[in-house]
Amino acid sequence: MTEIPEHLLKRAAAARDKAKEEPAAEPAAAEEPAAASDSRIPEHLLQRSKAAKSAKDAPEAESGGSVAVADKVGAVVAAEPAGGGVPIGGGPGGHTQRLLTVVKSGTIQDVKATPVDKVHTWPHLLAAEFVAALACTALVFVFSIFVHAPLLELANTNQTPNPSKAPWYFLGLQELLVYFHPMVAGVTLPGVGLIALILTPYLDRNPSNKPEDRKFATSLQTVHIMFWAVLVIIGSFFRGPGFNFVFPWVEGLFFEL
Amino acid sequence: MSKIIDDKPKPTLGDRAKDAMDGVQGSQAWSSIFRPGSIFRKGYTDSPRNRSYVIMNSVLYHLHPVKVKRHAVKVSYTLCLGGLSFFLFILLTVTGIFLMFFYRPETTAAWDDINNLQTSVTFGLLVRNMHRWGAHLMVLAVFLHMARVFYHGAYKPPREFNWVIGVILLMLTLLLSFTGYLLPWDQLALWAVTVGTNMMGYTPVFGQEVRFVLLGGAEIGAETLLRWYVLHVLFLPFVIVIFMAIHFWRVRKDGGISGPL
Repeated sequence: MTEIPEHLLKRAAAARDKAKEEPAAEPAAAEEPAAASDSRIPEHLLQRSKAAKSAKDAPEAESGGSVAVADKVGAVVAAEPAGGGVPIGGGPGGHTQRLLTVVKSGTIQDVKATPVDKVHTWPHLLAAEFVAALACTALVFVFSIFVHAPLLELANTNQTPNPSKAPWYFLGLQELLVYFHPMVAGVTLPGVGLIALILTPYLDRNPSNKPEDRKFATSLQTVHIMFWAVLVIIGSFFRGPGFNFVFPWVEGLFFEL
Repeated sequence: MSKIIDDKPKPTLGDRAKDAMDGVQGSQAWSSIFRPGSIFRKGYTDSPRNRSYVIMNSVLYHLHPVKVKRHAVKVSYTLCLGGLSFFLFILLTVTGIFLMFFYRPETTAAWDDINNLQTSVTFGLLVRNMHRWGAHLMVLAVFLHMARVFYHGAYKPPREFNWVIGVILLMLTLLLSFTGYLLPWDQLALWAVTVGTNMMGYTPVFGQEVRFVLLGGAEIGAETLLRWYVLHVLFLPFVIVIFMAIHFWRVRKDGGISGPL
């Protein structure tokens, strides 16, 4: 909620006081009924409006568009709280403005129906991000002190190590090569998986993001992730020389990161 | 006479330092560096206005809006995975630049350079370790980020396209890691890349051609090492930064992060 500056509040209060005083100062001038004296419509327009109203009862001979507008305006202004509000359009030359239309909020501008609960990025988000980055650096740093990156002997194209393994994130694919033709394992299956992943938002027509409404999507993705995770784990830890199945606790680990 | 002089208190060291600081902060150079309203010009006392100014008058405004949804700052919602992926990319850039000073992408020199880096360069082994483990961690972080986004249904309208960008970023991350894998030019690197690129050769129609272009020949050799070096240190980082910029921009344009559930 925006706060109204002090000087504007003061000005509004002064104007309200003045508006209250005015009817009291010139009671004689207020010949019209109370409702009409509150209205800030110029005298001649009110007369015209009255004439139009009476003309409406008679056959529509002289009523025009402009008269109809004035009629409406009178209704809108009269609907304002009696004696309330700051005088609008009260200039040195008297009332020179009139209300043509009221634009309700939301017709032109997109007004947020419900205010969103927001917090300042600094410090709430930045502090959390900073701590996370620091913790991440510390983790990598400490791990790097104690565990060294592998550097095997110089590359030799004539000497194939047994087993030869791809980087760990491709070991799921290499594991598939055991079961399928390379065309299927290396291209078709990952290709289909990748395209399905890209098209996910266009295939999933369910608008809800609530877990209880998305049981099918959640299950499918979990099966998908587990499928690759299991393949990667088997390929990494359970494949030995000749890419044959081994138990790592029996024959040892054939895996380098 | 001496009495009058004594009336004027001698400026303490703190006063002098304050005067000097005021002089610096009032200078044209200082105000040319920091925007009007910057906390480095006005000073910072905790107030809603100054909290906004921290973001508005700094380069962080490119990344973060002044305010975010309250639930968006809950660590249990995002687990910081997207931010950490980006942070790991920065960490890898910094350590990677360090490694570049000591590395030549030639089959006769690469392995020796790495070996020398580990044995004779100050912090060489540590920085190489950090680069390696950071890279594996980034693959993991990007993957987990994707899983998190999926389980929150955060790819739903209006964020469909940002999910697509995200999948591209995952692929680029894997490619960055894979191209870096070859550079030490040891047995592990050579044969891991051999296995990986052999799989690629089975792609119908253009598989063999793409493999030939990437390897710079039918088999992995000196040309491959140079190509993958350029891909790893220049081409792929360049591409991934562009996609990251689009990714982050769309996060804000699509109304901040998704949720709450």
